[in-house]
Amino acid sequence: MDRVIEKVKKEEKMVIERSKMSVENLSAWFGDKQALFNINIELFENKVTAIIGPSGCGKSTFIRNLNRLHETISGAKVSGKVYLDGRDIFDHNCCDVVTLRRRVGMVFQKPTPFPTMTIYENVAAGIKLYGKKPKGKLDQIVEQILKQAALWDEVKDVLYKPGPSLSGGQQQRLCIARALAIEPEVILLDEPCSALDPISTAKIEELIHKLKQNYTIIIVTHNMQQAARVADYTAFFLLGEMIEFEVTSKIFTAPQDKRTEDYVTGRFG
Amino acid sequence: MENNWTQEVRKRKLIEKIFLGTVLSGTLIAIVPLVLVLGYVFIKGFSALDFNFFTQLPAPVGEPGGGMGNAIVGTFIIVGLSCLVGLPIGIFGGIWLALYGQGKRGFFIRYAADVLSSIPSIVIGIFAYVLLVATLKHFSALAGGFALGVIMIPTVTRTTEELVKMVPRTLYEAGLALGIPEWKVILKIVFRTAWAGIFTGIMLSVARIMGETAPLLFTAFNSMYWNFRIDEPMASMTVQIYNYAISPFADWNAKAWAGSLTLVMIVLGITIVVRKFSRRVSYG
Amino acid sequence: MLLLLLLLLLLIKSSLGFKTFGFGFFFSSAWDPLHDVFGALPFIYGTIMSSLIALLIALPLGLSCSIYLAEISHSKFKEHIATMIDLLAAIPSVVYGLWGIFVLAPALGGPSLLTGGVILSIMLLPTITAISREVIQAVPHNLRESALALGATKWETFKLAVFGPALSGIVGAVILGLGRALGETMAVTMVIGNRPAISPSLFAPAYTLASVIANEFAEATSEVNLSVLVELGLILLVITVIVNGIARILVWKTTGHKK
Repeated sequence: MDRVIEKVKKEEKMVIERSKMSVENLSAWFGDKQALFNINIELFENKVTAIIGPSGCGKSTFIRNLNRLHETISGAKVSGKVYLDGRDIFDHNCCDVVTLRRRVGMVFQKPTPFPTMTIYENVAAGIKLYGKKPKGKLDQIVEQILKQAALWDEVKDVLYKPGPSLSGGQQQRLCIARALAIEPEVILLDEPCSALDPISTAKIEELIHKLKQNYTIIIVTHNMQQAARVADYTAFFLLGEMIEFEVTSKIFTAPQDKRTEDYVTGRFG
Repeated sequence: MENNWTQEVRKRKLIEKIFLGTVLSGTLIAIVPLVLVLGYVFIKGFSALDFNFFTQLPAPVGEPGGGMGNAIVGTFIIVGLSCLVGLPIGIFGGIWLALYGQGKRGFFIRYAADVLSSIPSIVIGIFAYVLLVATLKHFSALAGGFALGVIMIPTVTRTTEELVKMVPRTLYEAGLALGIPEWKVILKIVFRTAWAGIFTGIMLSVARIMGETAPLLFTAFNSMYWNFRIDEPMASMTVQIYNYAISPFADWNAKAWAGSLTLVMIVLGITIVVRKFSRRVSYG
Repeated sequence: MLLLLLLLLLLIKSSLGFKTFGFGFFFSSAWDPLHDVFGALPFIYGTIMSSLIALLIALPLGLSCSIYLAEISHSKFKEHIATMIDLLAAIPSVVYGLWGIFVLAPALGGPSLLTGGVILSIMLLPTITAISREVIQAVPHNLRESALALGATKWETFKLAVFGPALSGIVGAVILGLGRALGETMAVTMVIGNRPAISPSLFAPAYTLASVIANEFAEATSEVNLSVLVELGLILLVITVIVNGIARILVWKTTGHKK
């Protein structure tokens, strides 16, 4: 009996999970140096996918291709296909890069609030890019976004102070808020906690849990416990190749590849 | 909605294009004067240049031939003098600042060097005049060399300080730990390590003072004859070019172009060679 | 030491002029070496005006270059452009003057305040470009990426992430350029017309502090005349030192190190 229920549950899962982005044969270079080799992966809607691996394995390069930030570096090249809702993001006829980046937001390793702007302006910066809004409406959106980013209670009295006056963890949540403000569908997090203390990290992980109901989240991390805590799926990268991609619990309990096992058990790198 | 959206994006992209276009055209316009100035100097200069230009004395108006031989030699003598003034002070000052200049005195000296470097060269010329011309009652190459030397000091000090600071302190301490006297450590270890870079800085500042005119006008003054005595007025290329340029005579004007070509070749030559050299040093 | 000596000597030498004409010297536009009557106003006016014209021209061009070099171009061509603009700084002032006399001045209707300003602007370009470029490059790269990741275009990225943090440094670069322009002597002397008069027209000849010193110092006839010229030098020194001081503080604040 139990078994049957479990099976049904599993099937349900298969139905619910829909691929938001799918990557085919993605390779990337810095000049002559190849950083990614033929990556194939499905990123599911309303799930958190973690990318783990030792430093220099191409994790960051990988997610920076999902919003085409990789190409902005001089000498960078890319080949392969990345589909967002079935449309190739590298195809100039269908998607322009501005629209792509509105739909795929990103938060970086170091908190990067715009230093000369206030907290309010930081959140509003992205919104303003996409059309003018009346002040009252803007206030409303900013408040709502900051609440969504679990920052409102802490900053509601200091909205007009400069962004960098916040603590590191608050700055990072401000950056998440800034990314949320433009109503993306996918959020890329590039080691968002590596510069933060454990308490701030916990807050951000909590936030990620909450956000996945509405967004598709991809998080790069070198912290395996973090991947285990927040991610539904995990991909292990090594030297620019994707070694294994599975449901998180499987990656950590029953990895298929010897290299993955070595890494997650700490016998490596 | 969707339509509005693409329209908005299109508008933003148009603004971006305007921005890029403005920046690019601004950059191109900025290069035009360089091309024009160098172009004129080369064309006009070459047509007026001959071998005699480098060896002969200036000819009186109306007489053909003549050159700037004395001024070319004069420039080198004056620059040599200024090195005698500027280099010791600049180099020792820089070493001192790098090794002992953390305190208040260091701050004060660094500040003084900054102020000195922002003083217009013509004011330095007045200083040299008051100090060496007014007291000795006549113009002299020495006063000119002194003025240019003072102009060199802040640049040389700054370069030396920066490069000596780049020498790892452990090297300095290791030398001291071996029981070598401090002055010897500084000279043999610290200074020698930083020398290549310091030399680059010195050459760049030599190229700069070689093109200075203003402080020479009333210090070294000018001379129409060969002169190797540093206590007398001495011709220099820049002053000679100036005098020829503002004269109403066509053949003197032509000489000014020829002089400019010579000067530009020397100065740009030094600058370009030194830059190449320094790049190799920093990458090697 | 040297600096103190310099200030002291200039003060002593100029005291005669200061005693003779007092503060009225700064506001008088008389200039008659034959009768030993002097005033500094036309020179102060000429110096400031020519420098401002120079800035007005050099700022947009220099800023364009620095934005191009720091933000936009990734090509190999870029370093050549940077070198070319740096070479502008290596060309001696007197060569600019010569070119100004025979090429630029005829094109602009003869020696004038405008001609002086234009020649100065060319000489300022490298300073403004190099320092603005450095200041812009000092803006952390991840700020740019944050803006790009929001979907900003290159212009919006510059506006959002770069311009704000770099602004005070760019202002510093401009003021530093101003400092150079104020003290620049030869090229201006050769093309500005050297007439000690204040005229509202940009096409009229003018005179600067540095130019009058260059022209008259060696031929100053009386003690008072000489002393007055030294006093002009002192005015020039004070202005440039203050202007440079302000500029340095602004540039340091943005690049975070002493240049």
